[in-house]
Amino acid sequence: MTESPASLDEEIESGDEDLPEDDVERLHGSAVVVNNDQTVLHTGTAEYHDLIQALSDDGYGVCIDLCGADYLGNDTRLLPVTVTAERFELVVNLLDVEASRRLRVRVQLPEAAPIVATITDIHPGAEAMEREANDMFGLEFEGHPDPTPILLPDDWQGHPLRKDYSMGRIPVQFKAVDGR
Amino acid sequence: MTKLDHLRNRDAVLRMSEAEAEKRASVIDPDDERMIINMGPQHPSTHGVLRVTMELQGETVLRSKPVIGYLHTGMEKTAEDLTYLQGPTNVTRMDYAAPLFTELTFSLAVEALLEIEIPDRATWIRMLMCELNRMSSHLLFLATNGMDLGAVGMMIYGWREREEVLRFFEKVTGLRMNHNYIRPGGVAADLPDGWQEDVQNILEVLPQRLEQFDVLMTGQPIWRERTQGIGVITTEEALAMGATGPILRSTGYAWDLRRAMPYLAYDQVDFDIVVGTYGDTFDRYAIRLNEIRESMRIVEQCLELIPDGQYRAEDRKVTPPPRARIDESMEALIHHFKIFTEGFKVPPGEVYTAVESPRGELGCYLVSDGGPKPQRMHIRAPSFVNLQTLPHMMHGGLLADAIAVISSIDPIMGEVDR
Repeated sequence: MTESPASLDEEIESGDEDLPEDDVERLHGSAVVVNNDQTVLHTGTAEYHDLIQALSDDGYGVCIDLCGADYLGNDTRLLPVTVTAERFELVVNLLDVEASRRLRVRVQLPEAAPIVATITDIHPGAEAMEREANDMFGLEFEGHPDPTPILLPDDWQGHPLRKDYSMGRIPVQFKAVDGR
Repeated sequence: MTKLDHLRNRDAVLRMSEAEAEKRASVIDPDDERMIINMGPQHPSTHGVLRVTMELQGETVLRSKPVIGYLHTGMEKTAEDLTYLQGPTNVTRMDYAAPLFTELTFSLAVEALLEIEIPDRATWIRMLMCELNRMSSHLLFLATNGMDLGAVGMMIYGWREREEVLRFFEKVTGLRMNHNYIRPGGVAADLPDGWQEDVQNILEVLPQRLEQFDVLMTGQPIWRERTQGIGVITTEEALAMGATGPILRSTGYAWDLRRAMPYLAYDQVDFDIVVGTYGDTFDRYAIRLNEIRESMRIVEQCLELIPDGQYRAEDRKVTPPPRARIDESMEALIHHFKIFTEGFKVPPGEVYTAVESPRGELGCYLVSDGGPKPQRMHIRAPSFVNLQTLPHMMHGGLLADAIAVISSIDPIMGEVDR
């Protein structure tokens, strides 16, 4: 949380003097992209928690979904110029039940340290979903109240949904039946 | 942030490791009356393999925690190894009581990335089938909910009525569950001849049976005693936990994606959203019972309004050629072969689609890298998220009521663990 995003009362701005680098549309300091009629915010790990808080104050009060994604070997991803592509992404789907609108936040997480602040203090419902993302991708959530495996066994090694985790590692042995 | 403070201060979730619990059990402190017990994972009332660790004081549940993962089969990983056409065979196995909804949300996601329009008839067939599926799923809930609370007769009646719907599904899709009927581009086959009479039959039989349920369950004092005021949750709590579907609606909050963010043709049919008042187990039961009636209204309108036309998109990229063409055209044969071996390619991008399943918001987050298989497929399972409300509902209640609460969440473990 070293860099603070644009202050909360600043709404959508483009080409503002605080942000001189480009003409990317922004919301709370994060780049906005609309694809397939869905609004997507791109952000990094430092701004993520404050962004979710600001969006929650804006009315996006329900964290409807949270999951990880691994972009290893996928070079077709389109990102705004202001965002540095990283291997992992944390995808958070938010819902505004008053205005019936949705918004998606995509957080870039570096492979070396996929660590991000938890949002369970804002959306308690994210607890199970963050645990699942930790199981499947090894994303770590700082300050999570219960960072234990949820779907995988406690002693499971590795993170199955990572692209470099191969499938079908357990060999099946066919044994002849005695006496035949 | 009062709602969150409230949730936190209740301290309803038992956050304790297995080793810690074991250590506590070995130390006998005569002043400490609390004990930790384990329910499940193989308990008749846990709807599959749900395990709940509970901290009890006498018969009162203090803290609890659902322990899940026993049915985890890595279906999201499997999805990355299947083509988009094979995808529905995989996702349909998640929520096995309402398989058509997972197929639907997956297909909608693929179609959004492909940017193809599906014919009106396909849309209406999907809606008809989904509403019938909602009925069968809620009937299953009524059966198991009754069974969990000791109304064993209800189990037989609920299953009997569900059978009527499943028989129709078998006729249309060839299977009673895991249909693989809704596919990207439309549905697998048109409705069979005489389907109207079959649906009409269901619509004629069910209303009087539902009235029998009202006599057997709704108005019955024992049933009310066991469900009213049990497992109460407020709107703020439900929204904070991300709970949707009957759980959110039982608190009096009329949130239904069919109305709030219409998909398919739900904006062209007339139906009511059923809401509760107290957010208790009884409200959740009554909502599901009455949602069957609302679904019947939609099905009735589908019978009248369903248009003629194609049952799948006429987009050669996605749809295999008609069977008759394969015999006469070499190109059609090649095309057919290509679609079923390589699969069709989907443009790069990512999309999130959501539908209102019988259990709440069922979403699909799909990432494509331009190939014939998804790069990432994530299902937002309503049961998985809804299960988080369990400790908050059970907190301060009796152990015997825990069964009623688990049942009223109506979790499908195949969907929770995926």
